[in-house]
Amino acid sequence: MSLRAPAKIYMLLQRFLIRLLTMVVTLFGVAVVVFVVIRVAPGDPIAMMLPPGATDADIARLRTLYGLDKTVVQQFFIWLAGVVRGDFGTSISLRQDVLGLVFNRLPATLELAVVALAMAIVLGGTTAVLGARERGTMVETGIDIVSGAALSIPDFLWGLVLILLFGVLVPIFDISGRVSPQLDLPFVTQFYLFESILRLRLDLTFDLLKHMLMPAVALALPLAAIISQLLKQSLKEVLDLDYVVLARVKGFSETQVILREALRNAALPTLTLVGVQFTFLIGGTVIVERLFSYEGLGNMAIDAVINRDLPLIQGIVLVFALLFVLINLTVDMMYALLNPRLRHG
Amino acid sequence: MDEGRVSRHRAGAKLWLAGGWLLLALLAAILAPLVAPQDPLAQDLMLERLPPFWIDGAEPGYWLGTDSLGRDLLSRLIFGGRIAFIVAFAAASTACLVGSALGLVAGYFGGWADRVISRIVDVWMAFPPVLFAILLVAVLGTGLSSVVLAIAIIDWTRFCRVIRAEAMGQSRMDYVENARIAGYGRVGIMLREVLPNVVPSIVALLSLEMGIAIIVEAILSFVNLSISTDDPTWGGIIAEGRLSIHQAWWVLVFPLVTLILTVLSFSQFGEALKTRFDPVLW
Repeated sequence: MSLRAPAKIYMLLQRFLIRLLTMVVTLFGVAVVVFVVIRVAPGDPIAMMLPPGATDADIARLRTLYGLDKTVVQQFFIWLAGVVRGDFGTSISLRQDVLGLVFNRLPATLELAVVALAMAIVLGGTTAVLGARERGTMVETGIDIVSGAALSIPDFLWGLVLILLFGVLVPIFDISGRVSPQLDLPFVTQFYLFESILRLRLDLTFDLLKHMLMPAVALALPLAAIISQLLKQSLKEVLDLDYVVLARVKGFSETQVILREALRNAALPTLTLVGVQFTFLIGGTVIVERLFSYEGLGNMAIDAVINRDLPLIQGIVLVFALLFVLINLTVDMMYALLNPRLRHG
Repeated sequence: MDEGRVSRHRAGAKLWLAGGWLLLALLAAILAPLVAPQDPLAQDLMLERLPPFWIDGAEPGYWLGTDSLGRDLLSRLIFGGRIAFIVAFAAASTACLVGSALGLVAGYFGGWADRVISRIVDVWMAFPPVLFAILLVAVLGTGLSSVVLAIAIIDWTRFCRVIRAEAMGQSRMDYVENARIAGYGRVGIMLREVLPNVVPSIVALLSLEMGIAIIVEAILSFVNLSISTDDPTWGGIIAEGRLSIHQAWWVLVFPLVTLILTVLSFSQFGEALKTRFDPVLW
């Protein structure tokens, strides 16, 4: 049974549209849940932003200004209509446009997450290949034990361990902030790391990485462990298949066999998992940024909750949710494209 | 080959090591007023930042040293264990009950029940969990029941996803078909035939979730949103330790080691139990 090219494209397109529709439904669900949850909150956000001694008239005026005098359902649809137009409202505690605030902080979080993901893939991939090559030996057992521990200990605890080891015991890395405050930054975007590389300001790149390394490692370790375990398992299965045995007979070394023949076919199940796990990693940035006083979206989110800044919380949660569903959509499409059963028909 | 025996052997060792630590910590927490050497809340500025016993300047009776208010660290850890274990048991079992029930229904019945439940799980998975927890506790108000409720509200999906997939697999098995032919009702088959077969997974997840619940509680304490500020909690001690890290490292090290050992034990204990229960390996 073979699919002709147009039929395949049609299938992919259909899959894409269905996923896109599910994505919209999911985001709508998230919007409803957040909206309902924070409207149940006791504590008046308006009262918190006014100085003591404000009159009832002042409070009423501000309630009208922020639309808090309408019913919850009305408020929801007013907010949703704004969101669709790209208007997320005004932050109550910072008195700025929510979307602007979010976009100002999002690049810092994205850079941290991508660096952590890259570390996890390199670390997990290397140990998986090593473990598969040395299968059945003490090396494999060692890798199993280390990855088991790395997996069971969450990013929050890894962060604290790293702070103790490399912030206090051997203070070689910065454990607070995104960049040294005395530095003069020439950046026009918020993607500091990316821009510093483009501008060849490697002194700044170095400073940024010095700050980013510890939180990134904390985020990367659990994911690296998952990649290591799953990829090693798939590699070991593939290594017993005929075509791999054939490559070995042809005289390739075991490492060559793994890298050139086995890895391509073993990587597919890992890819699907990495997608979901990457969203967990991004979720972890919230507390890890807090731990390392890293000025990203997650750190701002915790402040927003503490200040009961409803519009800002809604905006941040929705942006996180959008990021999550987009990652899942991308992984799903990549899987469909790379899956040999779909590729070859 | 012998792989089953080896993994069962390892599982036995894990079971005893992990179980041993959990039992010790649990007993210390239950018997806290009897075993804690000091009053965990007693402040004494004459005794502030005493180092642990093996370092010069330590005071007898304050084995792990004191914090910046002169409170005994060991006693605070022992009393903090009470809240950790209460949260672990209450939050994990609530999440387990709700998540497993929904997962069982979705996986076994399929159809529209599955579609609705899966859609809700999708929505839940689109939330960053830590932020969701912080938001819920801010909304529900701080306190033990809020923390338990928040963790259960967030983490039921962990049970739901796994049990749904397992129940779906089980419902395609021959024995389920046989039970149907034998005239059992759908609900009866689900509870009497499918449920016992997913119990090993539920047990492993339950143990894992207890560790996760302790972490979430610690994170909430760390951002100052958990129980009251008076009762010692592991996360609260960690937050203090993070602040005085350059003056008194032990205030961060000991709760951190306690937390890591406990979380590792819960996950290993669950895995080992699953291996024990897994009929395939026997």
